[in-house]
Amino acid sequence: MPDQLLFAMEVTLNGLMAGVLYALVALGFVLIFKASGIFNYAQGVMALFAALTLVGIMDGQVPFAHLINAVFGTDIHHFGWHVPALLAIFLTMVVMVALAWAVQRFIFRHLVNQEPILLFMATIGLAFVMEGVGDIMWGADIKKLDVGLPQGINEWIDITTFEAFGYGFFIDNLDISATIVAIILVAALIAFSQYTKQGRALRAVADDHQAALSVGISLNFIWILVWSIAGFVALVAGIMWGAKSGVQFSLSLIALKALPVLMLGGFTSIPGAIIGGLIIGVGEKLFEFLIGPMVGGATENWFAYVLALLFLVFRPQGLFGEKIIERV
Amino acid sequence: MNDMSGGNYVTSDGRQIGDTLMEMKNITLRFGGVVAIKDISFDIHEGEIRAIIGPNGAGKSSMLNVISGFYHPQEGEVWFRGSKRPAMKPYQVAEQGIARTFQNIALFNGMSVLDNVMTGRLTHMKTGLFAQSFWKGKAEREEVENREVVEKIIDFLEIQAIRKTPVGRLPYGLKKRVELARALAAEPKLLLLDEPMAGMNVEEKEDMSRFILDVNDEFGTTIALIEHDMGVVMDLSDRVVVMDYGRKIGDGTPDEVRNNQEVIDAYLGVSHD
Repeated sequence: MPDQLLFAMEVTLNGLMAGVLYALVALGFVLIFKASGIFNYAQGVMALFAALTLVGIMDGQVPFAHLINAVFGTDIHHFGWHVPALLAIFLTMVVMVALAWAVQRFIFRHLVNQEPILLFMATIGLAFVMEGVGDIMWGADIKKLDVGLPQGINEWIDITTFEAFGYGFFIDNLDISATIVAIILVAALIAFSQYTKQGRALRAVADDHQAALSVGISLNFIWILVWSIAGFVALVAGIMWGAKSGVQFSLSLIALKALPVLMLGGFTSIPGAIIGGLIIGVGEKLFEFLIGPMVGGATENWFAYVLALLFLVFRPQGLFGEKIIERV
Repeated sequence: MNDMSGGNYVTSDGRQIGDTLMEMKNITLRFGGVVAIKDISFDIHEGEIRAIIGPNGAGKSSMLNVISGFYHPQEGEVWFRGSKRPAMKPYQVAEQGIARTFQNIALFNGMSVLDNVMTGRLTHMKTGLFAQSFWKGKAEREEVENREVVEKIIDFLEIQAIRKTPVGRLPYGLKKRVELARALAAEPKLLLLDEPMAGMNVEEKEDMSRFILDVNDEFGTTIALIEHDMGVVMDLSDRVVVMDYGRKIGDGTPDEVRNNQEVIDAYLGVSHD
């Protein structure tokens, strides 16, 4: 097989893996948007906040340590224990559910029936508040996150492909685990929404609020549920990105990469978010590989947005979004 | 017909009507300066088909929204099953056993007919989030039990053929019927129908009338319905409240109401000179 084709295959595979992470972040957006019509700008910050909290709990960091020390003149930083990864993930999830409740209780409960732009502004505010709170709680330094997922080159793939094609593919173990986790997560989400009573209520709320109320569904409960699920998805995304490139504030910017994914997949489609994420992941890696050298590289920064722009012009509802038909 | 103000009575077709199920006492509802409902009182008895009629803008839908908890009146009391009801959210009203349909059809368009009707059972399904997620046996048992009720209602309303069809694709008349099925699935103590026949052709109207009568007859469901088409209502209902400009201008059997001068004026118009 020609080298060029093999390279392209490797790039495609790596793009798929990167796309999984985009898809995860986009999924968080879609869940909340479908259920409540809120475009949650804070989704990326939620991933950051979840990752920060996870690292903090695992390392036994004292939350608000700087604040406490500054106010009381103490000098405490660590509890002096380490929490195992699984327990820490569970505790972080508890925090994310509490956050979902607080967001609903203190923000969106007061904004029911408001204009979408107001809700959007509220989530921008929420993003900054959460970033600040995360900073005060856990400190602003870059943290290493290691929940025990295997890292580094997958030797089996390297050797197998080398024997088959004479060229070993470089695939990161972390990307493979991220993909597997994402697949399980999405399967679980679909099963939940299709086969449980709460899932049915969730779909009902996504479809029609008034009708949902009339059959006895508490919108408040569903919204807390959906923010909790989005928090969980954010946690998974945060773990994956954090393990890859450390937990730092740039993590919240991955949310921006999810925007073109949503343009492609449509804001209301879960399969759309996944396939959109994969297309963007593969697209930007392949584009960088094929076209990048001709235009001086760094195409990954803008490729996704240009693709999204083209979609906005020619297919504004995305690949899977509901077509908007205005009745006259 | 016997005395109706004091409770039980027997209808002209021989059905025994029970005690007071719901009582509205001096309800006044305002939107800013606009008075939508002005000091209206009436009651609904168990097993009865009670109609609220009136010209467009009379406040009928507002009244229905008060009963189902979508609007909260500024004055007056709502009594249900012998006790005064505090201000409630619509979903709490639904949990109490009051189901409703909407004038402009509010179905879950992305879901199948079956799923739509199953949402009507939500108030009867008690397993929590964790049991549903992780305890397959229990969740499944509950699902099966409730499916049986739903299938019975689907049969009853003759919508078996479209069970799996996404609701968004159905024609108008069938959508109305699915909405009725969803409300019925809750096995409500009181069923509220907001213009169940609006926008229907004669044949669809006849079907719907038959279903409403059958539901009342078969399940003994108490029904309160809104219509502005006098003809349909008079055939269906046991007692009628007539509203005009937010006021109650008549209350009684269809015959009584039909001969009420104020009602005739409201419907036919009267010169104010």
